[in-house]
Amino acid sequence: MAPPSSRRSGFSKKAQFSLFTSYLLAGAGALLGLALLALSLRQPAAFAPLRGLAGDAVAPAGEAAATVRTGQQSLFSGIAGYLRAGSQNAALREEVELARIRLAEAEAVKAENRRLKALLGLQDKAVKPVVVARLVGSTATSGRRFAFLGAGSSAGVRPGMPVLSERGVIGRVLETGRTSARVLLLTDSESVLPVRSAKGNVVAFAEGRGDGMLRVRLVNLGINPLKPGDLMVTNGAGGYYRPGVAVAVITETTPDGGIARLVAEPSATNYVAVEPVYQSEAIAALRARRAANGEAERAEASGGRAPSAAQGSSSPTTAGASEGGAE
Amino acid sequence: MERLNPHARADRYGSRINRTQSPICAGSVPYLSIMLGSLLPALLIADVMPLLPSLGLLMLLAWRLVRPGLLPLWVGAPLGAFDDLFSGQPFGSAMLLWSLALISLELVEARFPWRGFWQDWFTAGLIAVLVWLGGLMLSGAPVTREMLLVALPQALLAVLLYPIVARMVAALDRFRLARARRIG
Repeated sequence: MAPPSSRRSGFSKKAQFSLFTSYLLAGAGALLGLALLALSLRQPAAFAPLRGLAGDAVAPAGEAAATVRTGQQSLFSGIAGYLRAGSQNAALREEVELARIRLAEAEAVKAENRRLKALLGLQDKAVKPVVVARLVGSTATSGRRFAFLGAGSSAGVRPGMPVLSERGVIGRVLETGRTSARVLLLTDSESVLPVRSAKGNVVAFAEGRGDGMLRVRLVNLGINPLKPGDLMVTNGAGGYYRPGVAVAVITETTPDGGIARLVAEPSATNYVAVEPVYQSEAIAALRARRAANGEAERAEASGGRAPSAAQGSSSPTTAGASEGGAE
Repeated sequence: MERLNPHARADRYGSRINRTQSPICAGSVPYLSIMLGSLLPALLIADVMPLLPSLGLLMLLAWRLVRPGLLPLWVGAPLGAFDDLFSGQPFGSAMLLWSLALISLELVEARFPWRGFWQDWFTAGLIAVLVWLGGLMLSGAPVTREMLLVALPQALLAVLLYPIVARMVAALDRFRLARARRIG
C-alpha cells in the first residue's frame, strides 16, 4: 500500500515544516527516553512512586486474573488426579511433598539448634506474617523477573520484606505502592540470597540465572560437598530472611557449587505471605551508619564541622546494632 | 432503491443515512488497544522465563503499518513510557526503543512507498527482533547466555504473531470507524 499522498510534503512549506517537526519531536522523545533510561539504570528506585501508582491501578484486574488462574489450576489438578487415582491422590501427593520439605527444614533446624546450644536463651519467636496476599501478575515480556503483589504499604508491606509461600522462599519486596508491591523473584539475575545446605553447614550464595534456575556458589571453595537432591535453606545472613526456610534443590553440581531448582514456584502458588524483615533493627542500624558515613564524607569534602555530628549520629546506631545482635 | 440493493445506502462501516462515526471512538481505539497490549502480559505469572513478546509494541507496529499516517511519529515516547510502567524494564527503555522503531519505520516508508503484506511482515519482524534484543541489553542486568536462551522463543513469537495482530488491528480499525452514532 502506498502511503496517503497527503503525507508527501512536495513543495508545500507547511507540509515540509510539519514533517520536520514530527521528526524533531520523535527524536526528542528518543533522547528523553535515553536520559530517563540512564537515570533509572543509575538509580533504579527513581521511578518507584510512578510504578507504584501504575501497579495500584492494575492490581484489581490482576486480582481477578489470579482468581481465574488458581481456579483453573485446581480444575486441572482435579482432572489430573481423577484420571490417575481420584482427586485425593493429587492432594496427598502435594501433602507428602510438603512434608518432605518440612522434614528437611526440621533437619536444618536441628543442626541450627546444635550450633546454637552455646548461646542459650537466644530463641526466635514465631514469626507472624505482615499480610497474606496473592501474586497478581509479573513482568512476562521482560528479561527481568519481577512479580506484582496484591498488597502494599497500606497493609504494612515495606521494601526489603521477604515473600514466602507455604513451600519456601518466593522473593523479596522491592518497591511498594499503596495497594500493590513489586517483588524481586529469586530467579531474577540480579537476585542473590545467602543459603546453606539443610544437612551440613555448607554456606553458599544462591544467585538467579535468569532462566528459572539458581546458581549456588560456595563461600568456602575446596572439595564440593553438595550432591544432587540436597535442599538449600536460608541461613539468616544479611538479616532479611529468617534462617531455615526452603529455597532450592540441587539438580547438578559444578566445580564451585551447583545448579538448583526452585522449591516454591511463584506460578504454582495461590497465596503468599509477606513476613517482617528478620533483623530489622540490625539492618536499620547498618543503613543509618552507612548514611552517617556518607554524610560525614560529604561534610568533610565540603570542609564543615561534621565529624562530631556524624559521631553523634553514629552512637545510637551502634547501640541499635548491638540490640539487633542480642535479639 | 432498497429493493434493488439492500446495501445501496451503506458502506463497509454501516448505513450512511442518519448515522455517523464517533470521533471519540475513532481517535481513542488505536491508543487504547496499544496500551491494553502493554497491560495484558503483566497479568500472567512468568517465574521462569519471559512468556510473551511485548504485545504493546506489536500493536504499535501493526497500527503503524496497517494504517500509515494515523499515529503521529512522536507517539513512541508516551506509549513507551506507559509500557515501561508495567514491563519491568528500567523506565525509559521502551520510550527510547519505540521512538527509534517508529523513526526507522518512517524512513523505510519514505524509501519504499509501495509495500505489500510480506514486506510489512518482514519490516515488523525485523524491528520487533531488534527491539527485543535492545530490551534485553537495557534490562539493567548483565546479559548471560542462559537469559538469551530462554528469551529466544519470545523473538520467534514476536515474528509469528505479527500477522495475527495485523488482522486484529484491521478488525479494530473497522470497529473504530463503524457508523454507530445517530444524527438527529
